[in-house]
Amino acid sequence: MLRLAPLLILALLVIPVTAGLGMVLLPAFGYLPVLGSEQANLSAWQMLFAQPGLGRSVTVSFVSGLASTALALLIVVLFLAASQGTWLDRSLRRLVSPLLAIPHAAVAFGFAFLIAPSGLMARLISPWLSGWEAPPDALIVNDPWGLALTFGLVLKEAPFLLLMSLAALPQLQAEQRLRLARSLGYAPTLAWLKVVLPSLYPLIRLPVYAVIAYATSVVDMALILGPRLPPTLSVSILGWFNDPDLTRRFMASAAAVLQLGVTLAALISWWLLEQLARRLGQRWLTNGERTRGDTAVRLIGRAGFSVASVAALAALVGLVLFSVAGFWRFPELLPQSFTVDHWQRSASMLAGPLANTALIALLSTGLAAVLVVATLENEQRQQLHPTRSLWLLYLPLLVPQIAFLYGLVVAAERWGIRPQMALVVAGHLLFVLPYVYLSLAETYRRLDPRWLYIAQSLGVSRRRAFWRVRLPLIIAPLLTSVAVGLAVSIGQYLPTQLLGAGRVPTVTTEAVALASGSNRRLIGVWAIVQAGLPLLGFMLAIALPRWLGVPKRTTPTTQSQG
Amino acid sequence: MNNAANALTLEQVSIHLSGRPLLHVDATVAPGEVLTVMGPSGSGKSTLLAFIAGFLQSTFTAQGQVRLGDINVLSLPAEQRGVGLLFQDPLLFPHLSVGGNLRFGLPRRSPQKNAQIAKALDQVGLAGFEGRDPATLSGGQQARVALMRLLLSQPRAVLLDEPFSKLDTALRQEMRSLVFRQLREAGLPALLVTHDEADATAAGGPIIALG
Repeated sequence: MLRLAPLLILALLVIPVTAGLGMVLLPAFGYLPVLGSEQANLSAWQMLFAQPGLGRSVTVSFVSGLASTALALLIVVLFLAASQGTWLDRSLRRLVSPLLAIPHAAVAFGFAFLIAPSGLMARLISPWLSGWEAPPDALIVNDPWGLALTFGLVLKEAPFLLLMSLAALPQLQAEQRLRLARSLGYAPTLAWLKVVLPSLYPLIRLPVYAVIAYATSVVDMALILGPRLPPTLSVSILGWFNDPDLTRRFMASAAAVLQLGVTLAALISWWLLEQLARRLGQRWLTNGERTRGDTAVRLIGRAGFSVASVAALAALVGLVLFSVAGFWRFPELLPQSFTVDHWQRSASMLAGPLANTALIALLSTGLAAVLVVATLENEQRQQLHPTRSLWLLYLPLLVPQIAFLYGLVVAAERWGIRPQMALVVAGHLLFVLPYVYLSLAETYRRLDPRWLYIAQSLGVSRRRAFWRVRLPLIIAPLLTSVAVGLAVSIGQYLPTQLLGAGRVPTVTTEAVALASGSNRRLIGVWAIVQAGLPLLGFMLAIALPRWLGVPKRTTPTTQSQG
Repeated sequence: MNNAANALTLEQVSIHLSGRPLLHVDATVAPGEVLTVMGPSGSGKSTLLAFIAGFLQSTFTAQGQVRLGDINVLSLPAEQRGVGLLFQDPLLFPHLSVGGNLRFGLPRRSPQKNAQIAKALDQVGLAGFEGRDPATLSGGQQARVALMRLLLSQPRAVLLDEPFSKLDTALRQEMRSLVFRQLREAGLPALLVTHDEADATAAGGPIIALG
C-alpha cells in the first residue's frame, strides 16, 4: 500500500493538469464535439486577435507578474541580508506563516481599502497635508497600468518567498559561512549577499517560478485590484468562458493557450535575467569589496520589509474598521460611530458558505496529509533519494490555473462527472498537496533515523514504530503543514468557482463576488471571515500539541556539524 | 607589513555561561608564535575563539581585554578585527571556484591578483588549480586552499579551531607542519584550540590547559 503512495500523488497531480490542458488545446484549434465542432480551424484565434484591448491585457498580465515577483524577491533578499542574527529575524520566523495564511482576496480587499481615494491612506493625510475635503477623483485601485495589482501581489508574494527562504537556509551552514566571511573582513550585509545568496537562490528558484506563473495569471486579485477595461488576460478569459454565447468557448480556449504562452514568456524572460545577473554578479562576488554600500543596503533592506509589513497590517486593520463602521465622513480617520449591523445582517448568509469552506478544506487537506505522510514514510523505508521528481509537484503551481481548470471541467464532463462538491475537493487537492508536501518534507527527512532504529531494536515493528515514535515526534510540524493546507484550500477562488460551476459557494467565492459591488462594509465582513479562518487553523496547529501534552521542541533532528 | 609585528594579548579574559565561570586566560602570543589552548569538549575552548573573533553568543558574558599590538580588538565589529579563522571544516564557498575562493580573500585593491593567487596555490602544491570546483578536491587539498584564502586576506592574527581533527592521520602530520610553517613565515600570532596532544607538540609554542 505504502509503495503506491508516491505514484498516487503524481497521478493525482499530473493527470488532471494534462487532461485539463488537452481539453483547452483541442477547442482552441476548433475541436469540441460537444458543441458539434470536429474540424480543426483557426477561427478561434482570428476572433481572439480581433478583440479590442487584447494587447493591453497581455501586457498588463506579463508586466505585473514579472514586476511583482522581482520586487517581492528584492524585498525578501535585502531583508534577509540586513537582518540576519537579530531578534527581528527570530520574531519574523514566527510571524511569517500566519501572514502567509491570509487569502489573496482578503489581502487584495484590505490593500484596496488602504490606497483607494477614500481609503485609510488618503484619510491619514487629509485635509491637513493634501487639502482634500472630499475623496480625490483618481483611479488608484483598478488603475489601467495594473500598479495596484502589482503592489497587492507583492504583499502576498513576499511572505511566501521569505518562508521558502527560511526553510532552505538551514541546509546552507549560513551562520558559519557568515562568520568566515566576516573574519575575512566582509561587513555583515555584503557578506550575506556574497556568500549565502548565491547558494540560497538555486534552492528557492522553483518557488520563484511558481510565483511568476501565479502572478501572471491570477484571477481573484486581478478582479479586485486589476484594471477593468480591458482587464488582465486571465480575467478576460474567465469572462469569455462564462459567456452565454457558447461559441465564445472556442475563443476562450485559444485565449487560455495564449495565457500559457504569456506565462511561459515571463518565465523565459526571468531565466534570461537570471543568466544576466549571474554574468554581472560573478565579478562582483570576488572583487574584494568588503564594506562599501553595506549600510545603505542594510537600511534599504530593513525599510523595504517594514513598509511591506506595515502595509499588510494596515490593510487588515482597514478591513476590520470597515466591517464595523457606522457613519464615516471622508477626511475622518476613524468612523464616527461603530455598529455590528453588517455582521448581524451577514450572519445568516455566512452559514452555508462557511460550512462548504470548512468541509472542502478539511477533506482536501486530510487527504493530502495522509498521502504526503505515506509518501515520505515510504521514502524513508526504501531509503530513496528525494529530488528526482520534485518539479512534478510544482506542476499545478507552474501551469496557470485559468489555462487548465476549464479544460478539466470539460474533461470531467466527458467522463460523466458533473461539477459538484467532490470535484471541487479534488480540484483543491491539486493545490493543497504540493504545499503540504513542501512544508513537511524537510522536517520529515531531517528527523534523526536513530529514533526509529532504537524503537526497532527494542522489538517494535516498523508499523508500530511509525505510530508510536515517528508520528508523536513530528506531530507539531505535521499540524503546521495541515494548517498550511487548510489556508491554501480556504483561499482558492478559481477551482471552487469553475469545478463547482458556481453552485458550491464558499466564503472566498462570495467575497470575490462582492468586488464588483461597492458595499465596503459588507466586503469588510466577508474578507475578515475569509482571513480569520486560516488564522484559526494556525492557532489550533500551535495550541493542539500543547493540549495533547507534547512538550515544546519535540523535533529532534539530525545533529548538524560544527 | 608593520601590523605583523604586533602581538596578540589576552588580558585577564574570563568568560561566564549564565553566571557560571567557564574559563580564565591571561596570555601574550608573540608574532610567529602559536599558543595552544587544550581542554576537553565543554571546557569553553571554542567559546574563547568566538569571543576574540567577535561571534560570542549572548548567553555568554565576558570580561577582560584583547589587544592586537595596541589596538583594542573588542571595540571593533568582527569584520574589522583582522582576526582570521580556520575551522575543522574548510568551508570553501561552493558557488565559487578554487581561484574565486582565493580571490574572495584578497583585499579589494591588491595588485596583480591573478599572480598572487597562482603563487599561493603553488606554495601549497596546488599550482594550476584555479578553475577547479572545490567539491572536486580532496579533504586535504580543501584544507590547504582554506589556509591560503585566510593568509591572502592579510589577517593580523589567526585563530585555529581544531583544524586538523577531520583529516586522517597521515595527512594530519603533513597539514600541521604546513600550517605552522606558513604562520611562522607570515609572522602572525596564532591561537590554536585542540584536544589533541600531538597538535600542541607540533605547534611548538606555550600550552594552556583548561577544564
